Amino acid sequence: MNKLYINKHVKLLNNTVYIDQEKKFSVESDENFSSFAKSVYKNYEIKYSKFYKMDALCKLGFLSADLLLRDLNRENILPEEIAIITANSSSSLHTDKNYQKTLSEIPSPAVFVYTLPNIVSGEISIKNNIKGESLFFIQDKFDTKFISEYVKYLFENTNTKLCITGWIEINMNEDYQTDLYLISKNEGSLEFIETNLNVTYNHE
Amino acid sequence: MMKVFIGQDNIITPLGFSTKENLDNILNGETGIRTCTNTPLSSKPFPASLIDNTEINERFQALGDIQKYTRFEKLSILSIENALKNSTIPLSDPRTLFILSTTKGNIELLDDDLREDFSKERLNLYTTAKIISEFFSLYNTPMIISNACISGIAAIILGQRLISQGLYDNVIVNGTDVLSRFVVSGFQSFLSLSASPCKPFDANRDGLTLGEGSATIILTKDKSSIEIVNGATSNDANHISGPSTTGEGLFIAINNATKNYKNIDLISAHGTATLYNDDMESKAISRAGLESVPTNSLKGYFGHTLGAAGIIESLINLESLKKNILINTIGCTTPGTVENINIIQEKKDQQLNCLLKLASGFGGCNAAALFLKHE
Amino acid sequence: MNELIEKLKTQLIEQLNLEDIEPDEIVANEALFGDGLCLDSIDALEIIVLLEKEYNIKIGNPKEGKEIMYSIESLAKFITENKGK
Repeated sequence: MNKLYINKHVKLLNNTVYIDQEKKFSVESDENFSSFAKSVYKNYEIKYSKFYKMDALCKLGFLSADLLLRDLNRENILPEEIAIITANSSSSLHTDKNYQKTLSEIPSPAVFVYTLPNIVSGEISIKNNIKGESLFFIQDKFDTKFISEYVKYLFENTNTKLCITGWIEINMNEDYQTDLYLISKNEGSLEFIETNLNVTYNHE
Repeated sequence: MMKVFIGQDNIITPLGFSTKENLDNILNGETGIRTCTNTPLSSKPFPASLIDNTEINERFQALGDIQKYTRFEKLSILSIENALKNSTIPLSDPRTLFILSTTKGNIELLDDDLREDFSKERLNLYTTAKIISEFFSLYNTPMIISNACISGIAAIILGQRLISQGLYDNVIVNGTDVLSRFVVSGFQSFLSLSASPCKPFDANRDGLTLGEGSATIILTKDKSSIEIVNGATSNDANHISGPSTTGEGLFIAINNATKNYKNIDLISAHGTATLYNDDMESKAISRAGLESVPTNSLKGYFGHTLGAAGIIESLINLESLKKNILINTIGCTTPGTVENINIIQEKKDQQLNCLLKLASGFGGCNAAALFLKHE
Repeated sequence: MNELIEKLKTQLIEQLNLEDIEPDEIVANEALFGDGLCLDSIDALEIIVLLEKEYNIKIGNPKEGKEIMYSIESLAKFITENKGK
């Protein structure tokens, strides 16, 4: 079995965008998440009007995936050969809290549609035409051992040729973090092994 | 790669607290769907399949303190406990894993008025899974899949993959979802609930019916009469709440799950009875060349049980396989989907060996799992 | 009616999170669900919420809504005919 490599890593944390561990863009630390997300969207000149309808979790995942997949040569890969395997600890609770508020007036369908954590994979799939294996896990902490083994399984036993995997999290207090990795057999400097998945937590 | 089999199981719905009770009631043409009035779930009466709370508490009293566990947790524990009754799998063992499948867990705790004595910490799915896991002194940290309505099948597929790789010997998969004002109001805001019990695949279907349930399926390397052969998940890449009109994602999942198997005897469809879902499924089934395979939806018996659906419906149709009986799609009088498929409308004895279970969910996700009976 | 049309444009932008669109970009008689604004089924449901919240008009059946929501103009006409009934 060929080795797998981390071809790219995008981290969003503390109002900063890191790509392959390097700080690339940031806004003032006192800006709220919504403002940060909008700034990232504009800074990277993303044009996708549905962005503004997304909830916070989807904006996080969508932006991270967009940066992850930029400049990617997808020529020899079919949409169903791309997998999305992601996890977080708060599920969609950030949006759930917002939906609960609408219950005291008129329940909002546009908010309710985002009250499932896997919708973020859905939004990433739609924007980037991805149709392969997809699962969303809820974990207290990012289980790097399990995720790395499971992604390897997909490459070995399904038609997966490319995988977006990682952690997309925002909690009810709006603490957020994403660590998204692009995995393939294309050789790179970073092997896809447990110890190279360095997800640190800002609320520990 | 190891072969993976189905061990003990359990289903809890208004049709009973065991798989046998549920099956017997279904074979008698009973449904768990009733008109629900005077509940905190909705200001107007609506059809739903609700489990009697008094009965949950009465049964749980034999196991633990009814005040210490949420309704969701009590159901999950009751189901797992019943499945484990006749099982000899070692619980406090590193080779045993628990996977929880749920869409919303204890979400009703968001409502400050209803929250009683549970802290907001219980809203975290990993906390509630841990509490359930600790009840059985399970060794490993539980895994949790929250992937909309495909969660149940996805959990079964995950369990099969983990055992086949030799990582675990036994996997306890439990799927549970309870109804709350949160969930009911959401579906009402989508105008996707039928005013009467749902009619899956019917020409006049007009929406889904919600239900609650808990089901447990134990996957094991120990040989039994039912093997879980393969499974696959996929995405439509089309819309976050509307299914693809071409059945694209489900078609991909069916192909990947069925690969070399041509002789599928029974399809357990997702069949929610919305206009779009059932049309989409008929498209996907037809594209896969399976339009003459007897197909049912069980949502007329249970309603849509969300995170429990994939497991409840797999188990009932596996009973079909074991007993060689086709179960009819209650609620369907005249099939009418964009593609003609073979909807089972009457109970019938038939030799059955291979079951294909399908599921689709919000976010455009799809799943398919293949089961084989060994005589 | 024109006042209502202008008001609706602003309300729609807010209710549907059309943040990158200005009111004067919306053409009153243009199809809302066509190539212009690219509204989808969820937006249609939110317009139903808007009608209830701001104009006290309840639509229970999404099929009813299709004709009413064709354009801002048709929406305004519907509201004028049915407001507060």
